[in-house]
Amino acid sequence: MVPLLEVERLDVKFHTRRGTATVLNEVCLSLDKGETLGLVGESGCGKSMTALAIMRLIPCPPGKICGGEVRLEGENLVAASEARMRRVRGNAVSMIFQEPMTSLNPVFRVGEQIEESLQLHKGLRGRHARERAIAMLKAVGIPAPERRVDHYPHQLSGGMRQRVMIAMALACQPTVLIADEPTTALDVTVQAQIFDLLRDLQAKHGTAIILITHDMATIAEMTDRVAVMYGGHVVEQGATGDILDHPAHPYTRGLIACLPRVDGTPEERREPLTEIPGVVPSIWQLQTGCPFMQRCPSAMPHCASDMPPAFPIAAGHWAACWLHDATK
Amino acid sequence: MLSVRGLKVHFNVRRHGVFGRRDRVRAVDGLDFDVSAGRTLALVGESGSGKTTTALAVMRLVPITEGTIRLGDDEISALTPQRLRAIRRRFQIVFQDPYSSLNPRQRAGDIVRTPIDLMGIGTPSEREQRVAELFAAVGLRPEQRFLFPHQFSGGQRQRINIARALATQPDLVVCDEPVSALDVAIRAQILNLLRKLQSDLGLTYLFISHDMAVVEYMCDDVAVMYLGQIVERASRLAFFRQPLHPYSVVLMSAVPSIRGARARAARRVRLSGDPPSPIDLPAGCRFSNRCPAVADRCRREAPELREVAPAHWVRCHFASATEPPVTTGLEALTSSA
Repeated sequence: MVPLLEVERLDVKFHTRRGTATVLNEVCLSLDKGETLGLVGESGCGKSMTALAIMRLIPCPPGKICGGEVRLEGENLVAASEARMRRVRGNAVSMIFQEPMTSLNPVFRVGEQIEESLQLHKGLRGRHARERAIAMLKAVGIPAPERRVDHYPHQLSGGMRQRVMIAMALACQPTVLIADEPTTALDVTVQAQIFDLLRDLQAKHGTAIILITHDMATIAEMTDRVAVMYGGHVVEQGATGDILDHPAHPYTRGLIACLPRVDGTPEERREPLTEIPGVVPSIWQLQTGCPFMQRCPSAMPHCASDMPPAFPIAAGHWAACWLHDATK
Repeated sequence: MLSVRGLKVHFNVRRHGVFGRRDRVRAVDGLDFDVSAGRTLALVGESGSGKTTTALAVMRLVPITEGTIRLGDDEISALTPQRLRAIRRRFQIVFQDPYSSLNPRQRAGDIVRTPIDLMGIGTPSEREQRVAELFAAVGLRPEQRFLFPHQFSGGQRQRINIARALATQPDLVVCDEPVSALDVAIRAQILNLLRKLQSDLGLTYLFISHDMAVVEYMCDDVAVMYLGQIVERASRLAFFRQPLHPYSVVLMSAVPSIRGARARAARRVRLSGDPPSPIDLPAGCRFSNRCPAVADRCRREAPELREVAPAHWVRCHFASATEPPVTTGLEALTSSA
């Protein structure tokens, strides 16, 4: 079966006065209908860039998609015209951004903002669009939607604003929803509500979700498969259960180990946390070889010279790390 | 070390026209807690629960409406500005946002030296020496003293913040969500650093967070806040073995976890709606409109903070140490252990 969305060897470079920075390097992903794929990694690893590249929203110049394909139901979006992309965005593929306050327009009522995409993509106007907007607000669990539809973003709480963002993104029933850290700005109880909502809507409409986060616990809770990103590369990919139980890349192991534990005995929960030393290298510092080398506890001499290819770990699970090179 | 009694912080907000009635936001509404020397008390709660206002009140950075705050033998809530300045070296704060809490035009070394300069501690060369020591203590290289904040990453900036807080050798450090703006991998570095500094220097922490996993890793005692009040206060072991207030149970079950995540999520106690506004507080229990175990009495009568088990205080009519408050929630919790 052909996957719903396929990203193949996607390269994104930024050309600036300081030189050329490779932001995404041969990123490969695939997403089936009704599936949730997690993209995980620290800030600056290329997660949001991947999302923007799929939507063709990378600021150009300085950014440019230099190679690879993004195929949505077989259609290559990298080669699509701008007019065609305008019809795809918000319609077949839509996106929820991280900060609900800055991504909603403060001078328009939330209803108008939801109606905009309905007008553009579905040709709904006036009363019909408004009714659909109210129905969407109701679907995302906003109380008194008939009243809320006329409110401005500042009149809503953070959780409600994020619900409005989700309502906007889902208004045209997209086949793919990209959620870029949809809950980082929210409280845990509200985060749980938003996750419940995404799960319910996915079960109802079969929407495929790409969930971007830096939190492995969120990945565990929400996703079917996960791609771990570091320095613009996907360094490990596989089923969520496999990766959490048998992380193969040292970076993935680090991401799991550095979380405070909520299981185990009280003493175990107080053991010093495992740290990943250092910080994510800036895109200017990336050289040849494995991008994780400077922070890796198992770095070997040839990690510096050669970027490891994807080595298979199990069915549908691979890691780009020389530790798994069976020939050595 | 730190002792807070009956602390109230109310703000006046104008709502009904220029000459209209003034509304009061009861941000903090009657807090009692103690932190003993060398220990960590965690204040937990969602946004709007009054955690940060409490931190600012303890730092004397917001006007206190009522109540007393004592640090050792000094009543810091009653000091004159001059006396307050003199005693400030004993309590310091680390803010949440490492980006906005450092002056972008000051070099990192100067940022850390400013408190020592203001307090007039030692000679200039001793101060320079002290800054170098502080940089080493928080894991920065001495030559990084000459860089500006924008040249540091988020985690490194939080290290500068910590160094600045430690510059005057305080007894009490208030940490207001010190890691919530940081990436998970960096979070572990800063949490480990804070724990190491506490054991090396014998610091007392008032640690504010909304992340239960972080709280358990850091604290000795926990106080859960909801709408300006403490709803549960207990030692770490007692609290995490069995939270007794329905809100604490909900908060605990909302924490995502790597192990058994899906099963946990399915059994999660769902909380509907948002917290009520601290201007129009509900009659009776403040949690009554969202509580999964609400009864009629809760809507009429506001519960007091009761000692349900030794040193385990809960503000709920029905809390008891033998009977869990929300059974579904506790199942979700025990299944993860």
